[in-house]
Amino acid sequence: MSAATFFAMGGYAAYVWPAYGVSFAGLAGAVIWTLAAWRRTQAELALLESLKDGNP
Amino acid sequence: MLFELANPKRFLMFSGKLLPWFWAVAAICLAAGLYLGLFAVPPDYQQGDTVKIMFIHVPAAWVAMMAYGLMAVASAFGLINRHPLADVAAKAAAPLGALFTALALITGSLWGRPMWGTYWVWDARLTSFLILLFLYLGYIALWNAFDDEVRAARATAILALVGAVNLPIIKYSVEWWNTLHQGEGIFVKGGSLIAPVFLWPLFLMAVGYTFLFSALWMVRIRTEILARRARSLQLQAGGL
Amino acid sequence: MNSFLALLSRDIRLATRAGGSAMLALGFFAAVAALVPLGVGADLKLLGRIAGGVLWVAAVLAALLSLDRLFQADFEDGSLDQIALGPLPLEAAAFAKIAAHWLTTGLPLTLLSPVLALLFNLPEEGYAALVLSLAIGTPAASAIGAIGAGLTMSIRRGGLILPLLVLPLLAPAVIFGAGAVISSLDGLANGALWLLSAFSLAAVLLAPFAAAASVRLNLAG
Repeated sequence: MSAATFFAMGGYAAYVWPAYGVSFAGLAGAVIWTLAAWRRTQAELALLESLKDGNP
Repeated sequence: MLFELANPKRFLMFSGKLLPWFWAVAAICLAAGLYLGLFAVPPDYQQGDTVKIMFIHVPAAWVAMMAYGLMAVASAFGLINRHPLADVAAKAAAPLGALFTALALITGSLWGRPMWGTYWVWDARLTSFLILLFLYLGYIALWNAFDDEVRAARATAILALVGAVNLPIIKYSVEWWNTLHQGEGIFVKGGSLIAPVFLWPLFLMAVGYTFLFSALWMVRIRTEILARRARSLQLQAGGL
Repeated sequence: MNSFLALLSRDIRLATRAGGSAMLALGFFAAVAALVPLGVGADLKLLGRIAGGVLWVAAVLAALLSLDRLFQADFEDGSLDQIALGPLPLEAAAFAKIAAHWLTTGLPLTLLSPVLALLFNLPEEGYAALVLSLAIGTPAASAIGAIGAGLTMSIRRGGLILPLLVLPLLAPAVIFGAGAVISSLDGLANGALWLLSAFSLAAVLLAPFAAAASVRLNLAG
């Protein structure tokens, strides 16, 4: 099967690829957002704990 | 085991060990499922290549429902057993559940468009998921509406449980409504869907989606545990 | 029993005074019903088909209008604390409030509906189903609405979020209620009214428990 045939998805490309695209964007976005929030919170906590230790 | 996990520190340790495996399983299953689904599956005799949307629609719908179930169970634990992490778990699941519901709706609409002729045709399943999306949004809105976290946790727990009881009724009523109003485009799932060549990618994608949701859920719970610690430190220090 | 009736009559009295929720609900119901033909055109056949659905949606929205104050008013002035401390179990008190709400919104709406159905040219066969379905289904709106009211009583502007919480949960009532009307127009005997009755009964029996729980969580904070 040639690349062109594959991408044409039997004529339904206008539906199949946006569906996959939206799903990928949504899931990738969720992963990035979730991990970013985790790192941000981790950093915040580390800062607060170091400040606490620095002031007995 | 659930009660051993009630201790935030233990949960952090336990989930920290599990997470890499969950990410790995998710990645492998999604990759394998995508490969098989996109390259190894022939076009359906009735729906053509649009059947490939099934591999991202059905798993999203499955996770959307599973997430609500988990939310309801967590809510019950929070209300009845006062399990300390239960409300965190419920709160963390909601935005993810809403996302997967939205994905199910969008992919479902795109899947149906070539067959039905329009992007939305009020078929029973999509309509139920639309209502489910509203249930999620209401739940999230209620969490955000309270200043007091304890009240928010209890109120949203009651809402989640009322919604959980109502959900089967809603699904049934929507199906009843659908047969009553006999729309033009009745979405028929072809018999070819039973063929193994379709089942394997579907199964892999479903497993992949489930592990991806679970990993994201765990990270969100872990984040909230740290955030609570940070907030209490801020309070101790008299704010910063 | 005395406390139950006392609470019930007090709530009814409050709702039926001038400017109270009873008149508000009726006025809103009529206004929406009058607005729809302006929006969709005067095709009498079309209006006759959609009458059941429109009136059902309008009735649910009208019933929703006064819900946000159901517990909030008493919460704010301390009466709710007194009710909670009183001899009446909170579940019974919640049931009394739901009953008062229905008597002052759902019931009047049901009685007004045939008049509004005239505006929509509802075929004769539909009237019985319309009135019956509203009579049976509006208690569910009051009951499930009361749960939403309980959950949002302590939130500033909780009235904005109340419809979002309650309307999805009321979907089965609208479906079966309006479905009963349409089915009678098409001559179908599909048990819509029975399904609606089951839903309403379950809602009215179970809602007081959820509403009472939400009162407790708000009073405890």
